[in-house]
Amino acid sequence: MKYSYYPGCSLEKNARSYHVSTMAIAKSLGIEFVEVEDWNCCGATEYISIEKVPAYALVTRNLALAAEQNGSTNLVAPCSACYLNLKKADHYLGENVDLRQKIDLALEAGGLSYQPGSLNVQHLLEIIAVDIGYEEIEAQVKRPLFNLRVAPYYGCLVPRPAAMGSFDDPEHPTSLDNILKRLGATVIDFPLKAQCCGGHMTQISEETALELLRRLLKNAADYKADMIATLCPMCQLNLDAYQDAVNAHFGTDYKIPIVYFTQLMGLAFGLPADELGFGSEIVSARPALEKITLEEPKPARTRERGKKKTDLPLPTRPEEG
Amino acid sequence: MTDQKKSPAEQEKVGVYICHCGSNIAGTINVEEVAQWAEKNPNVVVARNYEFMCSSTGQELIENDIKEKGLTRIVVASCSPHMHEKTFREATERGGLNPFLFEMANIREHGSWATNDKEAATSKAKALVNGAVERVVHHAPLEKIPVDINPNTLIVGGGIAGITAALELAEGGHHVYLVEREGTIGGRMAQIDKTFPTLDCSACILTPKMVDVGQNDNITLLTYSEVESVEGYIGNFNITVRKKARCVTEELCTSCGICEEKCPQKVIDENYGAGISYRKAIYRSFPQAVPGYPVLDKENCTYFQTGKCKVCEQVCPTEAIDYEQEDKVITFDVGNIILATGYDLFDARQIPQYGYGRLANVFSSLEFERMVNASGPTAGHIVLRDGVTEPESIAIVHCVGSRDQNHNEYCSKVCCMYSLKFAHLVHEHLPDAEVYNFYIDMRTPGKGYEEFYHRLLNEGTHFIRGRVAEITDADRHPGEEGKLIVQAENTLLGIQQRTPVDMVILSAGIEARHDAEDVSKLFKMGCDHDGFFNERHPKLAPVSTMTDGVFIAGACQGPKDIPDTVAQGGAAASQVAKLISQGTVLMEPVRASIREEECSGCRICNTLCPYNAIEFDEEKFVSRVITALCQGCGTCVAACPSGVIDGAHFTYTQVMAELKGVLWDVQSDVLTKQEVA
Amino acid sequence: MSDHFEPVIVGFLCNWCSYRAADLAGTARIKYAPNLRPIRVMCSGRVDPQFVLQALRSGADGVLIAGCHPGECHYVNGNIKALRRFTLLRKTLEQWGIEQERVQLLWASASEGTVLAAAVNRMTEDLRALGPLRWGEKVLGDNGAAHLVVEEV
Repeated sequence: MKYSYYPGCSLEKNARSYHVSTMAIAKSLGIEFVEVEDWNCCGATEYISIEKVPAYALVTRNLALAAEQNGSTNLVAPCSACYLNLKKADHYLGENVDLRQKIDLALEAGGLSYQPGSLNVQHLLEIIAVDIGYEEIEAQVKRPLFNLRVAPYYGCLVPRPAAMGSFDDPEHPTSLDNILKRLGATVIDFPLKAQCCGGHMTQISEETALELLRRLLKNAADYKADMIATLCPMCQLNLDAYQDAVNAHFGTDYKIPIVYFTQLMGLAFGLPADELGFGSEIVSARPALEKITLEEPKPARTRERGKKKTDLPLPTRPEEG
Repeated sequence: MTDQKKSPAEQEKVGVYICHCGSNIAGTINVEEVAQWAEKNPNVVVARNYEFMCSSTGQELIENDIKEKGLTRIVVASCSPHMHEKTFREATERGGLNPFLFEMANIREHGSWATNDKEAATSKAKALVNGAVERVVHHAPLEKIPVDINPNTLIVGGGIAGITAALELAEGGHHVYLVEREGTIGGRMAQIDKTFPTLDCSACILTPKMVDVGQNDNITLLTYSEVESVEGYIGNFNITVRKKARCVTEELCTSCGICEEKCPQKVIDENYGAGISYRKAIYRSFPQAVPGYPVLDKENCTYFQTGKCKVCEQVCPTEAIDYEQEDKVITFDVGNIILATGYDLFDARQIPQYGYGRLANVFSSLEFERMVNASGPTAGHIVLRDGVTEPESIAIVHCVGSRDQNHNEYCSKVCCMYSLKFAHLVHEHLPDAEVYNFYIDMRTPGKGYEEFYHRLLNEGTHFIRGRVAEITDADRHPGEEGKLIVQAENTLLGIQQRTPVDMVILSAGIEARHDAEDVSKLFKMGCDHDGFFNERHPKLAPVSTMTDGVFIAGACQGPKDIPDTVAQGGAAASQVAKLISQGTVLMEPVRASIREEECSGCRICNTLCPYNAIEFDEEKFVSRVITALCQGCGTCVAACPSGVIDGAHFTYTQVMAELKGVLWDVQSDVLTKQEVA
Repeated sequence: MSDHFEPVIVGFLCNWCSYRAADLAGTARIKYAPNLRPIRVMCSGRVDPQFVLQALRSGADGVLIAGCHPGECHYVNGNIKALRRFTLLRKTLEQWGIEQERVQLLWASASEGTVLAAAVNRMTEDLRALGPLRWGEKVLGDNGAAHLVVEEV
């Protein structure tokens, strides 16, 4: 399968491990990513709220390039903010004629044009969970992640808004859970999986950001997660780089490594850890990775129906994925 | 209309009446223009427009014109014939004409309501009116066909609606077949602890009625049975029922219950027990079940699954266990059918952020209903999922799956009241527990309902107006540890609120049965877009359906509480009783007939008829329609190569004339010169 | 005729499902193309291929035959007979150069007001794209002059 690939600025620098691990698993899964040439920054999370027209023009330029170069009509972005911006631009240009006229003018100045709807903008998670599918992922697993307790963290941008057509439940997504389960990991039912990490709030109001981060770390720790698997460079950066700040501020002692789900996939596919960008995280993933065993752990007992004699039966949930 | 030749049809005097239906039609269609235009048709003697043709004044217009102007044919352009064809046929008859010399043009449902384009709607109305005028001149007087009503009745569903209807009819001396899918009658009401607002014990008022059903000689009770096929029409339905093997010989079983007691196989009771209690593989849903003999659940029976066990057979004192028992297929005839198939509870797992199925102490309303019931799994004690811990705080979440565009848009009508009842029962069982009701709007219409709400306000229930966003076990603040936190906006205070509680009850809404669509197909009636059975008229015929002789009662028609359900059960029974006492009903004379002298005897029609209503006369070498069997579909009419089968009221001439009529504005001159047969 | 072409569609709707679907569409105030001119028949099995031909000859640009879903026919299987006739009729029309889109068969149950409305919209779009039928030219090949002769013979 062939996709146009929009890495975005993060994947060039702080989220380099996301990029290398994505490329590594793409090889295993037979996905061909064709990087959009001459792409520019998507404007990240704020620009679109500050100056609409230039922000949309900035994003749409990437769409126009991708459509013109035609690596594929499927455009994939691993970064959640890039994904949402690209998807939003494609969606609202189709809806808002006035905006579109302005953007058309801007693009024209650069000798470009874009017809909304001509690209299918997808997040990396979507193509792995939906296009590739869980069966194929499981088939590639050579070194299962047994005994590793992982909190699947989607962040707020990927599953929402449902109005633009989401591939997963916007309130309680499960695709990442299912991927990680297929890798053999023990996936916790992470209640805050779709909540916000604070985004750029670290730069604006550190207090607010630290509280949001504390909640996520606390909840993952309460569930005894060995690590948090994420799919967004912003989430990774905030949770990883500000973990110390959270600990200092709240007097806590969290040491939860934050890794990209693609890194865990690569590991389970039997690829060497150093080729997957492990080691570049601030809170080291090593102690957690050392917990991985070759033996499959016994199934969690908490979900058994009527465990104790007095217990009332629990309603069943159909297993997904 | 430029037709120069004198056809016999042209001598008819047609009266055309265009209805305004208030602004329903006149708001979109220029009714005056249509009437003036229609009057130009050479066959039309008078064309009027009137505000409400179905009113008595409107109908009198028709009657008077027939008498005064000597009209011979009537056309009314108004709503769907399914709405008022009968009304206007009767008016036509009162005016002194045969009622079938009338035709209706549907310019409301198919016209004014289907478009906002006034010009197009007016032009479409002209076409439809013209079609009706051209058609009606070819109408022939017809007489309705009387058919006898079989006095037996089939009732499907043994909940309180079906029970009420069955007893009403049976006590009136009519025979009833009551078919119930489960092993016992009783339905939802049997699962409930107390009924709002009076707090009567549900079982105490229901079980005597169940016993009455079991003992009434006029009721044939078929439990653990399902209707397989329905053939025929009002007055004469032929029903096939599959009575599933319960592996218990009913004649021998004394309902002693030993088999159930000794059965080693425990199964979660998903049905009657709402998934919160266990039953055995051979079981009665509850001790007062009617009939009292148990059902053996083959899928969970150790003997059927492994070939070993047979404990029930060994302990049965009357040798009533019969593993070889097979399903029985029973057929019988009835004149009328009442469907009272009830509802399904909304599955709260569809709203994952409420945690049902993930968080142990989130309960569905039906689970709680069973729990708080003295005959339930905890003997009425309100406890957490561990079966022992009493909750100190409980949140009751209203409108789960109801009033929600992502799920069901409608209000389920009963949830506010049963949520209030739950709050009351918690106060009664656990006086120290805090109760929080999260509601959108408090809806308490009904006798004594609002008073019940006021009673709860004084009992110390916390009422929080706001839809719950999520229920989570992720504690954030001190005091939330180990609790379920209910996050909601308190819209009266305008603040986000996190309420930590020990237990959450989700007041799930009412949904149409998952198989309602299949059932509606079986009985040849329709469902509305929410999946509930469609009534004939939302106000004036709430228990009738579009299919004559098929009635509906209770929550299968839409969300309902017990009093409304009982009222509908009674209403459906009285509709049936009316037909039984009439003895006969008049059927539409839409039937096929063969002009024998022209029949070539090709026999093509013989095999086409789905009712085997065409016989072949070997002597005369012609086919003949058996009128009593013919249902009037017209398939044979369309197929006859010689064109000698007439489909009364839908003849070739009539349809062709209508066709020509509706195309008046696009016909070329060439074609209008052609005579319509 | 104005430059904007609005096709005329004759609809043969069965009494039990499709006519009621159209009723429901109206009751639900679903707005759809006003191009359909419905004619009620008891069953789609009553639709004589001659009705369809006559409709096309008489100026209709298309004909929609609508009945209950297979297996749901009020008269057991009249709709299946309609389907058979429709298939054969379509072949015949094709040989005359009449486009497939002009005669369509639809299953719409009494609860499918939206299905019926959508089908009418779709068909109207189809026919707008195809333009007027011009039966005379198409079938008789001479602007319909011969038609007159045929009719009189």
